[in-house]
Amino acid sequence: MITYDFLQHYWWFLIALLGGLLVFLLFVQGGNALIFFAGKDEDERQLIVNSTGRKWELTFTTLVTFGGAFFASFPLFYSTSFGGAYWVWILILVTFVFQAVSYEFQSKAGNVLGKKTFRIFLTLNGCLAPLLIGTAVGTFFTGSDFTVNKSAVGDIASPVISRWGNAWHGLEAVTVPFNVELGLMVMFLAISLGALYLINNIDNAKLASQLRRSLCICFSLFLVLFLVICYHLVTMEGFAVDAAGVVTMESGKYFTNLLQMPVVLIMLLIGAVLLVTGVAMTLMRKEFKRGIWFAAPGTVLAVMALFMVVGYNNTAYYPSIADLQSSLTLANSSSSEFTLRTMAVVSLIIPFVVAYIAYFWRQMDKKSLTTDELNHSEKY
Amino acid sequence: MVETALVDWSRLQFALTAGYHWLFVPLTLGLAVIMATMETIYVKTGDEFWKRVAKFWMKLFAINFAVGIATGIILEFEFGTNWSNYSWFVGDIFGAPLAIEGIFAFFMEATFFAVMFFGWEKVSKRFHLAATWLTGIGAAISAVWILIANAWMQNPVGMEFNPDTVRHEMVDFWALVLNPVAVSKFFHSVFSGWMTGAVFVIGISSWYLLKGREKRFALSSIRVAAIIGILGTFAVMLSGDSSGVHAAKYQPMKLAAAEGLENGGERAPFSIVPGVEIPAMLSILATHDVDGYVPGINNILDGYTTPDGVYHPSAEEKIERGKTAIESFATYRKLKESDPAAAAVARQTLDENIDYFGYGYIDSKEELVPPVPLIYWAFRAMVGIGGLLLLIMVAVLWFEYKNRLAGMRWLQWIALLSVPLVYLAGQAGWIVAEVGRQPWVIEGLLPVKAAVSSVSVAAVQTTFWLFVAIFTLFLVIEMRIMIKAVKQGPNIETK
Repeated sequence: MITYDFLQHYWWFLIALLGGLLVFLLFVQGGNALIFFAGKDEDERQLIVNSTGRKWELTFTTLVTFGGAFFASFPLFYSTSFGGAYWVWILILVTFVFQAVSYEFQSKAGNVLGKKTFRIFLTLNGCLAPLLIGTAVGTFFTGSDFTVNKSAVGDIASPVISRWGNAWHGLEAVTVPFNVELGLMVMFLAISLGALYLINNIDNAKLASQLRRSLCICFSLFLVLFLVICYHLVTMEGFAVDAAGVVTMESGKYFTNLLQMPVVLIMLLIGAVLLVTGVAMTLMRKEFKRGIWFAAPGTVLAVMALFMVVGYNNTAYYPSIADLQSSLTLANSSSSEFTLRTMAVVSLIIPFVVAYIAYFWRQMDKKSLTTDELNHSEKY
Repeated sequence: MVETALVDWSRLQFALTAGYHWLFVPLTLGLAVIMATMETIYVKTGDEFWKRVAKFWMKLFAINFAVGIATGIILEFEFGTNWSNYSWFVGDIFGAPLAIEGIFAFFMEATFFAVMFFGWEKVSKRFHLAATWLTGIGAAISAVWILIANAWMQNPVGMEFNPDTVRHEMVDFWALVLNPVAVSKFFHSVFSGWMTGAVFVIGISSWYLLKGREKRFALSSIRVAAIIGILGTFAVMLSGDSSGVHAAKYQPMKLAAAEGLENGGERAPFSIVPGVEIPAMLSILATHDVDGYVPGINNILDGYTTPDGVYHPSAEEKIERGKTAIESFATYRKLKESDPAAAAVARQTLDENIDYFGYGYIDSKEELVPPVPLIYWAFRAMVGIGGLLLLIMVAVLWFEYKNRLAGMRWLQWIALLSVPLVYLAGQAGWIVAEVGRQPWVIEGLLPVKAAVSSVSVAAVQTTFWLFVAIFTLFLVIEMRIMIKAVKQGPNIETK
């Protein structure tokens, strides 16, 4: 029986899936963060830019679809978070906007700012986008300063439903250590994934060895932060919601969620194991290039698990610290049953889309990228 | 209290983003078809010349494509950042096409763009051709869904207001998809993109002719582009005609403003420019009937009855009923737990007046009139330039068919100078469509001032100027890169 409740949970699953795919695809950003750190000369930098440059639109599109899907399924989040945490989202967008043009512009004659500037834009987006997205997602666990009053529509002079409680409009998220730690964790994860992808995609021994060094440093930092985040998740208070929709603080809520949803716990563990396996094998065996094949599903599973922990099992996924009862839950922020049902039918196309992307990706990446290929074919 | 300045700056920011976005998207839509046609000729004939022709235009396509994407993502998120009330109030309907656009169109564009651009040596000829067409089809599918969303803002259908969730909710998905305004809008926008692509290709090719370079390349490109451009223009005219009929039916104020028609009636004249009119022409265009009734601005504000007996209330009555609807809504929300019987009465009053809910936020009837001179002249710019471009394309194709174009420098100059004109027409078209809808964000349902986010004016001003700087920088860089690329040329023929 497909109930409204089921549809809300199904759509949160899709949001989690898109979130997982997005974080995995942030390998593009992570790779770009390494342009100047791992790429020591022009050839190597050009290889990195062209390697991530053949995938960046997928990351971009996933971000746009993530936004679109959130809008369609949980519009109250769209209106509350985007309109409230204004500066955070604007900053994220601006870094992506610079990234979008930088590939095409960086090596073209007449680009005004010069090649290096555009590559700096790519690097900045590479670091800031995962950091900011991670920090913004951190507020899903720690809460934000907003109120929601749907009855405000009845106030002719001031009919605004969602209001932010301070003038920082989202920037205040950096004052909460958990948010920043999560942001940094996502950033180091993205850079690790970027290194793994580049090792797989580029055929250049010297660059590969420099990438392994970067991978070693960034993944170590990621692991430290991952353990810190896990500690927080196990010990921190969470935002529980009861059958009547009343939100209360509950100690150890997220840990309880993991225990009460063993499938999610297993997803998280498998994800972590796959990720560590992919990195460890890459670092231990010089000729091993397939670390990304382990790390990619590992990332998707782990991120999905995090989204499920914060949204499922009667949890408010976008909590308000200004007014607990304004917190967003799957039930109070979703689209109508009709819309969710209609969009659920539309979502059946997703496996087909994923399949054709995978197929063409495979076609394009049969051979690793080399400087020789760049000299004899289209390139950025 | 929602500040007027906040509404104005938020509107300005959205208009800026949409305006810039619409500089790049039409070229994507049009150039995609032109270069795919060129590549098709290459695959059919096996002539390497056509491959190089297609590749040159693809190079320009790629430069343009990136900025379209950059401005597009801002647009999507601005619905949330700047129009948060809108996002909740109608997100149940409006979010769906945006999500579908992402799932169906953007992934298609992203995937096949990479194959088209980098796959020449990696996939077969036919496979590559399919990728080029699919990139263009992806762009067109994207246009389908975003224009379905936009058309719903012009003619909201397939939804019901739910006072418990405080939003409009979708009840008929197919009404949304098959909205007649969406159909016209799709064809009008996409085929205007064909015009843009064609005028762009003809203009640049004419530059080569003026410089005495790349003659075969230029003439071949002109032939393909002119045919596609002329076909596109006829489709734009047809869909423009139905857009006019739809405006008369669903947005009479927009039509009256576009015509500067203060007092309408039967056999309404069409104004070519102030003081020059064609009798009864507006009636014909708007209703396909020489005696058709077209209300003017004053008729709409004062109320009118069409010849078939349908009464359209005055602005004052609508505002009054709107205020009653909002008050009933507030009463319903207040009493629904404590006094269900009183709440039910309020609910009934709300239902009776729900069609005018949005009018309740309007302070005076003057607010209901969009800026007439801007829309009036934008409409004339759009139609006038469109007609002129058709003539130019027909002339170019005719003289090329007669093998005389290569020697006609005056026509080459005109073709080159027509490139900025096509962009002007495109921008003018959006001004008619979007400014003509004011003060509504959703026609009759929600005015802009009830849709805006609660952000400070200073914040929106800051982001507005930030976007002005970024988009202008991108535009300048893109134009410089394009000019350099054009000067460098396809290098198909040596001098």
